[in-house]
Order: sequence, then structure tokens, then C-alpha cells
Amino acid sequence: MNDIASPSAEPASPEPADSAETLLDLRGIDKTFKRGSEEIQVLQKLDLQVPRGEFLALMGPSGSGKSTLLNLIGGLDRPSHGEIHVDNHRIDRLSDRKLATWRARNVGFVFQFYNLMPVLTAARNVELPLLLTRMNGARRRKHVATALDVVGLSHRVKHYPRQLSGGEQQRVGIARAIVTDPQLLLCDEPTGDLDRKSGDEILDLLQALNQHHGKTIIMVTHDPHAAERASRTLHLDKGRLNRED
Amino acid sequence: MRFLFLIASNLKRKKLRTLLTILSILVAFLLFGYLSAIRVALSSGVDVADADRLVIRHKVSIIQLLPESYGRDIARMEGVAQLTHATWFGGIYQEPKNFFPQMPVHPDDYLAVYPEVLLPDDQLQAWKNTKTGAIVGRTTADRFGFEIGDRVPILSPIWPQKDGNQTWEFDIVGIYDGAEQGTDTSPLFFRYDYFDETHMGDRGQVGWYVLRVTDADLATQVAEAIDANFANSFAETKSEPEGAFVQAFAKQIGNIAAIMIAILSMVFFTILLVAGNTMAQSVHERTRELAVLKSIGFTDRGTLFLVLGESTIISAIGGLMGLGLAWLMISAGDPTKGAFPVFYFPEKDIVLGLLLVGALGLAAGIFPALQAKQLRIADALRR
Repeated sequence: MNDIASPSAEPASPEPADSAETLLDLRGIDKTFKRGSEEIQVLQKLDLQVPRGEFLALMGPSGSGKSTLLNLIGGLDRPSHGEIHVDNHRIDRLSDRKLATWRARNVGFVFQFYNLMPVLTAARNVELPLLLTRMNGARRRKHVATALDVVGLSHRVKHYPRQLSGGEQQRVGIARAIVTDPQLLLCDEPTGDLDRKSGDEILDLLQALNQHHGKTIIMVTHDPHAAERASRTLHLDKGRLNRED
Repeated sequence: MRFLFLIASNLKRKKLRTLLTILSILVAFLLFGYLSAIRVALSSGVDVADADRLVIRHKVSIIQLLPESYGRDIARMEGVAQLTHATWFGGIYQEPKNFFPQMPVHPDDYLAVYPEVLLPDDQLQAWKNTKTGAIVGRTTADRFGFEIGDRVPILSPIWPQKDGNQTWEFDIVGIYDGAEQGTDTSPLFFRYDYFDETHMGDRGQVGWYVLRVTDADLATQVAEAIDANFANSFAETKSEPEGAFVQAFAKQIGNIAAIMIAILSMVFFTILLVAGNTMAQSVHERTRELAVLKSIGFTDRGTLFLVLGESTIISAIGGLMGLGLAWLMISAGDPTKGAFPVFYFPEKDIVLGLLLVGALGLAAGIFPALQAKQLRIADALRR
């Protein structure tokens, strides 16, 4: 959280540099789903390296495997074959319990439909990941206030999701994702449910988190306008990464 | 404790549904408490019956009388420490609904066999000095406002006096208390000698004998010896431990414990379905939210405990309120104003109630909690 509270991290380079330290390393990833007796191969022999501090956009048609890839990177699912290394830790072999702990410490998720708890205020929603830490109530509240300040919602602390606009709800979602100060932010269509103005504000915020707070961001999107904000864009098609912009 | 707000918020999600579930649990535990007290009332005496007390009655039926002369033979038998007798008087005070038991007894003998009847010495002395004297238990004294010095008329259709008058008059010379919570303090006791020389019909008859054995282990042996002694006589006896006697008396209106257990089992099974359904619906509606919690780092076990915590809190709120309300209502006393002289919520049933509160919470929540535990994040987020 100190990184967020006092942005001291170096802005990331817009282009991945060969010399940059690799944060994410996917090697030979296959992912197959079973539907009855039929096997559907969603990802095939996929390799991907993401340097620390990169803002990567993943584009591709529906069913191309973007969200599946994001789930694998975030430890929400496991590959059928291949290895996933994050910050030199192989995560695809961790037990469910260790994987949950790893997610709590290292990854922040931003969802298309915000996925906030409707019965909790903005502050309580942001506090959720901190419940898994050993922080006391006062420290948790301090971190929540900082995270909401970063996303520009200090004045909406006690509001419930239903009292917030779509853009504000997504900001709360982002505050929840960054409150534990993870190194990796995984965003699944973060502007997909927003109008252009609100979407731009969210993209501004993500860009700021990348450039001023050093967050490595992987964003799945259909929107080329959103992808323009990323430092690199990869296209997925039929389970393969086949073009790099 | 840090997850409490999360659990509490989820309970507020569908307020009406949560309220109705809590109310149904409350009613179930209120019923549990009340039925416990009624069970105690209907089988009063079983719990406080002494293992070393034997009751000897006529072998045919309790309404058949035994000769007073049996007492001399029984008192001489090996293993008998103290002996007394009592007889059902069946009197009516003012009107039939004002029921309370009355029995003629020997003051000293009776109090020796029943030490749980607590009577001050001066009142015992007054009783022994007053032939028409009677002592009454605190419950009945409070119920009718009887005080020492009152003259109480009681009509006895079973035992008219020699002149045919059915109304007996007794002078209240003492008010006794019970040593234990379960001690019945509703009967009125008066002197057997007054009864024996005043009532119409044969003298020297008693309803039943009660004796205290020198050693509880000898009880069966003593009972067999007494029954053998009076075998083939004109009034054969049946001797049994006091608990069995009281239970047999209570069973005249059915197996109370079995009826209570059957009713409560059905009630709790229904409530389990209600609470279980509430939890299952609640978890089903939150599949995506649970997946989000898991994605931000909640473990499978953590999610399981979260759901179990919810169901346990619902059960605890409803159950504790139900038990508390039952305790308050039972503490207000016999709701029938006389039919249940011993009416209280036994401590062991309160403990059982608390255990049931926990068990209901866990049982209602376990399947939805396991569902939440096994939820696959990626699948749930896609829904």
C-alpha cells in the first residue's frame, strides 16, 4: 500500500524491453475443457512473457480463450499442460489453499460487471481482501481510505453499490483490487459495461496505476480504443497468440 | 470476528426471508421449552423419586385399599428403614377445577420418609397437637391464598363422614416448601387418625405404603420379600421403586416422553428443512459473489465457514430467543393455574436446547456450505 499511497515506483516503459525483468512466464500452456464426451481445446501450446511493469492488452474474438488465459494467469484455473511462473514462482502446481493465499497477496482482479457485494458499502467492499491479512481494524480502514482516495472516491465511502454509477462502481472494484498492493492487476473487460466517458476515466486510472504505481496490468478487451492505452497488445485466436502490435 | 460484518450483511440481504426463518426457529424452540416443562409436569415426581424408596400398593389396582395392619409386618422386615402410608382423598375445594391432591398421613412417619418436604418444627408441633390440622404446600397456599389459621372446607365424594356429610373442614397449621425444584408442593396433608375415625365405612385401611430401605441395592430384594409375604392373602401387594410407581401413574395418560420426542422430532425436522432451504437459496443466489470472494483469496475452507457461520447465527438468534421466551413464560408459572403443580424448565433441557441450537445451525448450513466450498471460481464467474 505504501506504493499506492506515495507513488515512488518508476513509470513503466511503454514497450517491453528485453532487459526488463520478467514477471509472468507462461510455457507451453494447453487448456482443454470437457463438454460431455467432447474435448474442447481452448488454449494450445501458448507461450507468453510479460515484463514487470507492463500494461498488456489481450484482444480476440469471443471464445478465443482470452478470459481462460486471464483465469490461468490469476490462479483461478489450472492449465491442462504447461507451466505458469509468476515472479519466479511456479503457481500451477500450488495446492488450492496455497493458490488462494498467493492470489490474496499477488493479484488484483477487476471484472467487467464490477462484482461488488450489494449489501456492503464501498469501504466494506474494498476492505474484503484485507480481512485475509493480519491487519487490525484501524490499519484496514487506513488502507481502504488510501485505496478509495487513489481511485477518486473518498467522498463515496459509505455509499452502497446501488447508489453509485457504473463508472464509480468500477472504481470501487479497482480500489478493491489494489488495496493489498498486488504487483499484478488482471482486468477482464473493465470498460465493457461502461459508456465511453466513464470507460475513458477507468482507462486513465489503469494507466496511472501502471505508470505511476508500477502495477503490471493485463487487460482483456474487445475494444481497440481501450487497447490503445496498453503498452503492448496481443491477439488471441483459436487458442493461439498470433499477432503482436 | 472480523468476518462478522460480512455474515451480518448477508443476513440483511433478504430481510423478510431471514426474519421468517428466525421466527420459525424461535417458535420451534419456544415449543421445545414449553413441552419440556409440560413433560416435567406430567411426569412430576419421576425425576425426584428416590432410588431407596419403595411403594407398595394393592396388586390389582392403586384404587384398591390395603389393610393398615400390613404396616406392622412390613416395618419388621429386613432392609426396611422407615415406613409411612398415604391414601387418596380426592376432595374438591369450592369447585372441581380447583384441583389439588389431599392425603391423610402420619405426620412424623411421612416427613421421615419424605425429607424433601420442609416444614418448620413449630408448625409440625402444631400439626401434631391439632387433630383437624393440615399442612399445605407453598404452590397451593399461594394459589388460593391459604394462611396458617385458615379453616378450609373440602368436599370428598369418595370419603363421606360417618353422618353422611361430604364436607370436611381442616385447620391450616403449616405451610411447607420443597427442598428441590421438582418437589411437588401442591398436596395438602392431614392427619390419618382424624381421617380413620371420621370417614364412613371400614376402619384401618390405607391407599399405599411408602418405605425407605436401609440400602438402595437391597430395594429389589425387599420388594420381592414384601410381595412374597402377602402372596395368596386377600390383599396381595405389588412393590416397586417409587420412580416406576410415579411413571406408571403418569403413563395412565400415555407415554409422555415418547409423545414429546415424536412431536419435537417432527418440529425440528420441519425447521431443519426451512432453515436448510433458506441457506441453500441464499448460497445459490450468491454463487458469483462467493466466486469473487474466492478469487480475492478466500480459501475453500474459509468459504465453508462463512456459510456455516451464517446458518449458525440464524439458528442462534432464533433458538436463543425461543429458549429465552420459553424460560420467561415458564417462569411465570403453571399456565393451567393448578393442573401442573410442578412446572419448570429443567436445566438439562436448557443445555439440550442450546446443543440443538448449534446442531440445527450446522445441519441447516452444511450442504450449502459444502456447495460453496466446492464452487469452481472460473465456472461460477462465467455464469
